[in-house]
Amino acid sequence: MQHDDVIWSVLNGQFCSYKQQKSKTQIFCSNEYNLTGLCDRRSCPLANSQYATVREEKGILYLYMKVVERSHYPKKQWEKIKLHENYIRALKQINEHLIYWPRFIRHKCKQRLTKLTQYIIRTRRLMLKKTAKQELVPIKKKAERRERRHEEKAFVAANIDRAIENELLERLKKGTYGDTYTFPVNAISMDEEDEEVESDEDEEEKEKEQESEEEIEYVEDFDESDAEDMEDMGDDMSDEEELIKSIPSSKKRSLEIEYEPAVEIPVRGAERAGIIYCYATRDSVADDWHVDKLEFKGSSQSQRFLFYDRALRRTSSSTEKLE
Amino acid sequence: MVRRKKDSDSNDNDKRPIHRKQSKKITNDDDEESSTRTPSGTLQVRNKMVRQLLYAKLKRSKSKSKLKERKARQQSDEPREEPKTIEKKRLRDETWVDENDQETLDDISNDELNNYFTRQADSTEPKLLLTSQEGFPTSFTNKFLKELARILPNTTYFQRRHHPIKRIIKKMNKLGYTDLLVVNEDHGKPCTLYISHLPEGPTMKFRLTNARLSKQLRSNRGKSCAKLTVRPEIILNNFNTRIGIRVGRLLAALFPHDPQYKGRHIITFHNQRDFVFFRHHMYLFKNEKKVALQELGPRFTLKLKSIQHGTFDALYGEYEWIHKPKHKMDTERTKFFL
Repeated sequence: MQHDDVIWSVLNGQFCSYKQQKSKTQIFCSNEYNLTGLCDRRSCPLANSQYATVREEKGILYLYMKVVERSHYPKKQWEKIKLHENYIRALKQINEHLIYWPRFIRHKCKQRLTKLTQYIIRTRRLMLKKTAKQELVPIKKKAERRERRHEEKAFVAANIDRAIENELLERLKKGTYGDTYTFPVNAISMDEEDEEVESDEDEEEKEKEQESEEEIEYVEDFDESDAEDMEDMGDDMSDEEELIKSIPSSKKRSLEIEYEPAVEIPVRGAERAGIIYCYATRDSVADDWHVDKLEFKGSSQSQRFLFYDRALRRTSSSTEKLE
Repeated sequence: MVRRKKDSDSNDNDKRPIHRKQSKKITNDDDEESSTRTPSGTLQVRNKMVRQLLYAKLKRSKSKSKLKERKARQQSDEPREEPKTIEKKRLRDETWVDENDQETLDDISNDELNNYFTRQADSTEPKLLLTSQEGFPTSFTNKFLKELARILPNTTYFQRRHHPIKRIIKKMNKLGYTDLLVVNEDHGKPCTLYISHLPEGPTMKFRLTNARLSKQLRSNRGKSCAKLTVRPEIILNNFNTRIGIRVGRLLAALFPHDPQYKGRHIITFHNQRDFVFFRHHMYLFKNEKKVALQELGPRFTLKLKSIQHGTFDALYGEYEWIHKPKHKMDTERTKFFL
């Protein structure tokens, strides 16, 4: 026989494992089937043989009912009824199922339904937010430390700058850059040391000097700063031009493949020596020469630097630009 | 107060100086009784002082013999052994691609990036979109993204602002973009890079570490890198296995064809032990044997985490390869995947 009062007097007076009295004012009941959550004569699921609750499972609400007739079947004690998704229809369902039940239980069930539906709506909204989407992955310290160390070691082993340089030099050797770079890239010269290559250049320069000497004597003394000489030179340029152009192309080094210099002027300064390449044009034989481009190449450098270009000048006088 | 009983006490009558050797001798006899041999054969001496002395002696003799061997080696004319590096000890990888294997090469060249490499009309010029993760990026990541947008050609930096990636991808397909790059961050620093090749290409997730802005590089002297208007040259080093080549192709497809050599800009992806180092340099040939490099632009390191078929679909995509440390992919020091 079910003696609810006896059970209650025992649970209330002596010991109930679900009883939580953390505060002085309120006693809670941690039984999962409890309707209100409080430890009460009317709310205790153990001390009431006719009892009902509403519970939520994975977003779906169920009505649980317990009656006296099933009190000796512990396995079948709670009848589980799935409530409708629609809140109002769910309320109606509760009214139907708990039709002749005590008002307290019916009322509290409906209250609980309301609370739980609100809770479900809130959960859904939170799930859609950014913070819920972010998956929090724990950082494994040891693994991180190991990876960082591996990276450092790999960096040291890689020797990236050296690898890049080697790759670039290989590409140069293969010829992917074509004629862009004007130093000899043939098999023989690769074996020579740098000094030898330079000495070759010196020899060529001397050759050119000698050739120009035959025609014009004052070329050697020409300095960068003497701008006026450039204009004087104009008259004599035609001779030089013809001379240099008459040099068979085989004598011209691979240095000169791209451009054919009109005039080469060897110069010497405080720090280094070099050659100024001067390109000039004139409209007719009677006209003056107009300097188009001036390039400088140091004796130890491989590339020329354009330092005057007629197309970019602002003023009409070209001599101003030379300084 | 306990006075330790020394051996000298018993030998007092002899009036001889006690040498170490002698005392050891005495204890040695005791040793055989007080010490035992373990099943594996090591000598177990109970007395700590004696044990320490024995061990020190053993060590000294070992180092002596080593030194002897070393000297003999140095003086002899034997060729030196090659130093052992991890790269040399690398475990034999079945997916290592042989250059002469035409079948594998054909297989490789028929992947999603085929259009780019065979220079089909639509896909030659890559058009990249660069974004951050959902929300707003922090200052460092922001700067990093803007620098990347300046370095990678034909890139637009697009502000993410809660747009879901799938929607972005749809729009990109309409507008003719070829690649999507997403940079995620953690604790203020960029930590992950997703590269998704658009028409239907693979999506690769990399772990981004050691990101440095161009300002922070010493060679730049505090100036940031200007926008790259020239088509740079690309170097892809050490991409050897099937996975490696796949990664290499994806990275190469981010850049336009036909580099302009006059610009002398070079972008490198160097793979060493599964870490891909990104560098951006400007080079100058001093002569045919020397090159001078100046590092511009940002630098960072990538490590491949996963390859997924198709465009970005983290949950339902088909994964080709995932790095799973839990399943013991990391146990061998000499095993690499790229």
